[in-house]
Amino acid sequence: MASVLLQVEGVSKSYGARRAVDGVSFQVRQGQTVGLIGPNGAGKSTTVAMICGLLRPDSGAITLEGAAVGQGASAAKAKIGYVPQDLALYEDLPAIDNLKLFGALYGLKGALLKQRCDTVLALVNLADRAKDKPSSFSGGMKRRLNIAAALLHDPQLLILDEPTVGVDPQSRNAIFDTLEALQAQGRALIYTSHYMEEVERLADHIVIIDGGRVLADETPAALYQRLPAQAALHAELAAPPSAALLDGLRAQPGVAAVRHAGANLDIDLAASEHAAPVLAWLVAQGSPVLHFATARTSLENIFLNLTGRSLRD
Amino acid sequence: MTALLALVRKDLILYLNDRRALLLHLLMPVVLAAFFGSLFGGASSERTSKIDVGLVLLDQSDSGRKIAAGLKADDSLRIVELSELEAQQRVRAGKLPVAVVIPAGFGTAADAALFGGPQRDRPELPLYYDPSQSTVLAMVKGLLTQHVMQTTSAAMMTSSGAATTAKQLEELRASASTDPQAAQLTDFLTSLKKFQDQRLAIDAAKPATTENKGGMTVPYTTRDEALSSGPKYNGYAHSFAGMGVQFILFMGIDLGIGILTARRLGIWARLLAAPVSLTTVLLGRALSGTVIALGLMCAMFACAVLIFKVQIDSLAGFLGIALCFALMTAAFGLFIAAFGKTPEAARGIATFATLIMVMLGGAWVPSFVFPEWVQQATLVVPTRWAIDGFDAVTWRGLGLEGALLPMAVQLGFAVVFGGLAIYKFLRDQARG
Repeated sequence: MASVLLQVEGVSKSYGARRAVDGVSFQVRQGQTVGLIGPNGAGKSTTVAMICGLLRPDSGAITLEGAAVGQGASAAKAKIGYVPQDLALYEDLPAIDNLKLFGALYGLKGALLKQRCDTVLALVNLADRAKDKPSSFSGGMKRRLNIAAALLHDPQLLILDEPTVGVDPQSRNAIFDTLEALQAQGRALIYTSHYMEEVERLADHIVIIDGGRVLADETPAALYQRLPAQAALHAELAAPPSAALLDGLRAQPGVAAVRHAGANLDIDLAASEHAAPVLAWLVAQGSPVLHFATARTSLENIFLNLTGRSLRD
Repeated sequence: MTALLALVRKDLILYLNDRRALLLHLLMPVVLAAFFGSLFGGASSERTSKIDVGLVLLDQSDSGRKIAAGLKADDSLRIVELSELEAQQRVRAGKLPVAVVIPAGFGTAADAALFGGPQRDRPELPLYYDPSQSTVLAMVKGLLTQHVMQTTSAAMMTSSGAATTAKQLEELRASASTDPQAAQLTDFLTSLKKFQDQRLAIDAAKPATTENKGGMTVPYTTRDEALSSGPKYNGYAHSFAGMGVQFILFMGIDLGIGILTARRLGIWARLLAAPVSLTTVLLGRALSGTVIALGLMCAMFACAVLIFKVQIDSLAGFLGIALCFALMTAAFGLFIAAFGKTPEAARGIATFATLIMVMLGGAWVPSFVFPEWVQQATLVVPTRWAIDGFDAVTWRGLGLEGALLPMAVQLGFAVVFGGLAIYKFLRDQARG
């Protein structure tokens, strides 16, 4: 198993009487991508701000390779690349000058700084726009430049705080291509989002936060194992089902739960392989299925299962 | 050091690319300084400006015409003859500060009143004036007194006043007054009549063309010499100092607002996520602000020197004052950022405070026209020291020595503003 890069240990933070983060603990290993998920106000951004040395925890400790991450010019901060939720760019400063600034803040200069600027611009596909100002960029291009600025000093840990907010699907894919390239290089990532599909695509470890507390800290597979249903089947019948049909359906192997609205059925399945037998059973009962669709249970379901409410509540 | 220089470089690039800021902080003060400078005497006028005075001449007597001629010949006045109605309309409309009416019979009545004693009615001389120009009224009254006295006394001291004197003597004798003062006046007028008769005889012997002026005149003339230790007074020197201080302080406000905006947009947090201290980031902002303020002041005074003939008596003194003011401006900007809640609220309060500071500092109107207590009170305002410092090294010609105290005071203000700002930033960070 890879060694621990970042250790967050019992960290708490309050704003006045409100406890934003309450005893949060988790770790990030070398080369690992940790998805930090939770609804708005869950404490994700506060946790990230403390990891980046922007906020001082009231209690607990944060270490990077054993060294404390504090405020000011700590050595540990030099190993972290931070992509904030806001577009932290000077809109009227050409892209290359933005990068030169952030590179210089990490001690880069001269030929090395120029080389790193060229490298990261190529990585985010903005090499041909180096001299343009971000004010002339699309939202997606700005987001990519935002990421490039965090990669200049070749950080061991890249922290991305909701990096796809307000981005169109095409730009989102471009950002994901970049992040997957970074994963392939063996870089460790922390990715915060309330878009579950993004976290599912990237993360090999997921920390779910709500109300400032860690509700789960596991691999995606382990999280799914917590659920009684791993798959869902949606079927539209020719007519609303009878009570007898619903009872019979619930008794079928692999069926965890059945809900219906008119002729529409939502069936939770223990595993996706139960979908075909269930459909066959319905047809055999004289209930023609007009349309059907199957899906794997998502992290949304996991969050719902853990908290009793939706991520976007 | 790399980080600090990069922060300064970034601010300079951003500032120089911002045309609106350059327009506001450089062009506007030059235009306004040129305007105010011309109001306060301009660059090279040796003579004082003339006062426009309307003259309504209703007295066509010899005395009336002589008074009018005297007023017209006065270097300090620009006389325009008008009807009474026209004069009133112009004064009312603010197009003329003062109008003098010389009523019919004024000359004769004034001649008679000269030695007539307090019991004799003195003729009235109506003066119409714009209430916003009361100081001009006082000046015109003084000059008018001079010309009326000269004309009426001339009449009495020459042969032409003999008839008036004879009439006054007849009146005195007819009154049979026992008042000792009346007796003394009778003696005086008798002597005067004798003198006038002699003049009459002399004048009769002279060719007709010879003019006899005479009369009472102001018993002195003045020699006006503007004194300062250095170059000749130049109204532009002061106005460039005043407007420069004002608009560079506006730049300081923008500096502070820029930090507040960066905090709101998350850029500030991004900078602090890097391995640099908060002090380095603040120092970078202060240094870039200082460089920009110093550059602006130098550019403004370059215009003042090249276009408006302002002379800098001590270059070292000027640079010293400009540098200390630039440091004070940058520290003021940090102070606004430290104590401002939001960019919007901070801008309003800071602009108000700046306008008060520049007004009390003498940026609009020179501080020497303030009442004495205000002049003393405004010593606590940093802008007063900045403007006095620039005056010292330009038209006052007090040299580097005259600049040292203003420099020291401004540095003191820079330390206070900057110290408080850094303390507040660090305290907030520690609490964060």
